[in-house]
Amino acid sequence: MRFTHNKKLGLALALSAALLSACGSDQPAKSSQQTNSTPEPFPSTYQPIASVPVLITNVTILDGVGNKIENGAILFQDGKITEVGEDISAPSDAIEIDGTGKWVTPGIIDNHSHLGVYPSPGTESHSDGNEMTGPVTPEVWAEHSIWPQDPGFQRALAGGVTSLQILPGSANLFGGRTVSVKNLPNRTIQDMKFPGAPHGIKMACGENPKRVYGSRGGPMTRMANVAGYRDAWIDAQEYQKKWDDYQKAQQEGTAGDAPKRDLALETLAGVLDGEILVHMHCYRADEMVVMMDVMKEFNYQIGSFHHAVEAYKIADKLAENNVCSAMWADWYGFKMEANDGIRENIPMVHAANACAIVHSDSDIGIQRLNQEAAKAWSDGQRAGIDITQAVAWTWLSANPAKSMGIFDQTGSLEAGKNADVVLWTTDPFSTYSQAEKVFIDGAMVYDRTDPASWPVSDFELGQVGQGDAK
Amino acid sequence: MRRLTQLFIKQSLVALTSASLLALSGAALAEKVAITGAQIHTLSSAGVIEQGTILLNDGKIQQVLDTVTVPSGYREIDASGKVVTPGFIGALTSLGLQEVSSSAGVVDARVDAHPVSSVGAAYDVQFAINPDSTIIPITRVEGFTNAVTSISRTGQLFNGQGAVIDLGTDFDAVIKANAFMHVRVNDGGADTNGESRAALWIALNQSLAEAVYAADYDLSPSEDWEGMITRADAKALIPVIKGEMPLLISADRASDILQALSLTKRFAALDIVLVGATEGWRVASQIAAADVPVILSPENNLPGGFDQLGATLLNAGRLHKAGVMVAIGMDTHNIRLAPQHAGNAVANGLPHAAGIAALTINVAKIFGVDDQIGSLEPGKHANLVVWSGDPLEVTQAAEQVFIEGEAIEMTSRQIQLRDRYLNRDPSKPVAYTR
Repeated sequence: MRFTHNKKLGLALALSAALLSACGSDQPAKSSQQTNSTPEPFPSTYQPIASVPVLITNVTILDGVGNKIENGAILFQDGKITEVGEDISAPSDAIEIDGTGKWVTPGIIDNHSHLGVYPSPGTESHSDGNEMTGPVTPEVWAEHSIWPQDPGFQRALAGGVTSLQILPGSANLFGGRTVSVKNLPNRTIQDMKFPGAPHGIKMACGENPKRVYGSRGGPMTRMANVAGYRDAWIDAQEYQKKWDDYQKAQQEGTAGDAPKRDLALETLAGVLDGEILVHMHCYRADEMVVMMDVMKEFNYQIGSFHHAVEAYKIADKLAENNVCSAMWADWYGFKMEANDGIRENIPMVHAANACAIVHSDSDIGIQRLNQEAAKAWSDGQRAGIDITQAVAWTWLSANPAKSMGIFDQTGSLEAGKNADVVLWTTDPFSTYSQAEKVFIDGAMVYDRTDPASWPVSDFELGQVGQGDAK
Repeated sequence: MRRLTQLFIKQSLVALTSASLLALSGAALAEKVAITGAQIHTLSSAGVIEQGTILLNDGKIQQVLDTVTVPSGYREIDASGKVVTPGFIGALTSLGLQEVSSSAGVVDARVDAHPVSSVGAAYDVQFAINPDSTIIPITRVEGFTNAVTSISRTGQLFNGQGAVIDLGTDFDAVIKANAFMHVRVNDGGADTNGESRAALWIALNQSLAEAVYAADYDLSPSEDWEGMITRADAKALIPVIKGEMPLLISADRASDILQALSLTKRFAALDIVLVGATEGWRVASQIAAADVPVILSPENNLPGGFDQLGATLLNAGRLHKAGVMVAIGMDTHNIRLAPQHAGNAVANGLPHAAGIAALTINVAKIFGVDDQIGSLEPGKHANLVVWSGDPLEVTQAAEQVFIEGEAIEMTSRQIQLRDRYLNRDPSKPVAYTR
């Protein structure tokens, strides 16, 4: 990872948006198809479930890249979407589903979840999301904390979530690596890991680090937060150079011993090399702009600000810098840095041609992200921001996929993409709409009409309510 | 403002969007208004009127008609194609008791133990309400005219006494003080009371027993009182044991709920209301038989603790089906999300009418203010909302809110922030955009 010397690649990260003006350039995103020299000591063991071809007909389709097809049809087989259109003939072995009155969308992708690292039940024993022993812990990886038996995964699946990014918490300036997973928990975290997804890093601005460390050696102010990021990047640059020098010497045949690996600096150097995507918890407009200056000072790319409650104040600058904002529809006021939250944040960011994402940060909210998008969409409409539902769906699938570097594989209904698909009982911008059937890589992994298909985590076996509708 | 201007108003309401609103509001209050053409959810025996008229006079509802009629002397507000409901009532909120909850100074919704009380019963929010809280307009422009407001944490046995407030524009917010007492017997309650239900319940029984004793005792300072609870606690608990003040009991586990119901075996007059009741569906028939209403948070479907293993989105619908009166409340400043919660309960089995009732008349009944608010009936406060459509749909919105007959200005700090940044003049610092 540290050795690619391709910083331009990093600048294009997460933001490729050939189809969407809201999401910046047409440069290819860093793709999981590319050779990645990052050592992957915990490789994915995800296996798609075998499936037969599925054809859904007579259905309203939002393809996730801005198009709506009335009375459409979608065919997927061998785990991939093969055709999206109006009149599609099915292979003889296909299951045909009449979608009359129903809607189809790409599976929802939540780029901000703590499922597994703060699982249910919320016991101290399983509270594994914040390494609050120091403000700079890029060496820790969220995947090593995830409890795959968190029942929250199954609840999110019933809400149409097919992929998610799990992050460390926001106590630290550098909280550690994130991980992208398929929402198909199994025995191990490796069984869930999204194959080929790039790594991410969680960083945090503002109140949380200073609250946690203010009386424990700092940072106790925002200015010390910023000093903390810059100090760490300086160390990372030095580490990067040490390895570059070593690599050059190796090529010239003059190398001595390899430098000692440092897990923390390896992560940070991976960011500087453009291979690890930056997800930064940041609420206030002024802080986000400071962070974009830090980003330029050290020549890395912030993929997305998370929460970004004041993104609407600086949407033009976010667009200029190709930084996404992952937002709630209407959370506000629970702390000073959330005090200026407004309901039109998401549509206002979108309207400025910046990349908008609907995220949850909640084991409850993740179950109805479609409603979060619906609220933001309709609030935008009432404020005179005219966005179609079809385009608004980019907030739920395509844009989060881009922020996680997996849009080449999922996040839209386009031929060749993974068949991560949701069939909704009705218009998913309605409170009353429910995910009826959820497909991951073409396999039906949830069917609301068939209780036998509802997954039950180990934890819920033998407990009150096992197998109940949840 | 945008929401206001979308309302189809034939006469002068548009004028209210101007700065003259404050000057007009006194007049608006006394004005006779006819709201015509809307689908009216009366929450009374009149049910839903598909196209009717509501007459407002002197801050009260004068009449609800099933025809479109404008008597002379009434200003007509044409709400054709809209939906009218009673103003929503936030059940269990911290409105007026907090501005910013975390690391931002005093939060009146949180009490640190004070010597006046040993068990938390004495604390009383009626003196703490701040009608100038910016959260109040943020909430009311979304269709809320009233709220039940409460202490959320004391670290003691009881969360003190809450109040019912209106979300109007004057300082006269409290419509019912000492409206309820709140105790938690769930994991959260046990956590702060000996870390065990084995201590918590003894403390609760003892507190109520002492209140029974205190009811016939002179609590003046010249007399001896050596109870576990303080005199102030005793004074607060006497109306509870007499059944004059509802006792809200937060309980989630089925066995905790049954324990809560069985309190009436020891204290027969108690007027119990369950809060949370995550596993209520498992003992729904017992709750119904005890005629105990439930205030719940319908989206809570995860086993947050070992006392919530049976959590399901179907709880509200199942309780309703068993005959339990259900209200919707989350202990939050963001109570404006309650209609979405109600909609999700409806999506999971609660009838739509019961979903609306859970935000209006049921809350009013639980807190004994249904003679004033909660339905559209003659003589009640003219607290009502004109909605763009079904209020439980996330894409619909309140277009005009009336509190005591006054068409309130549909703005808030958030709306002003939005408008400032929608209309920002880049040639000047942002503070000069108004």
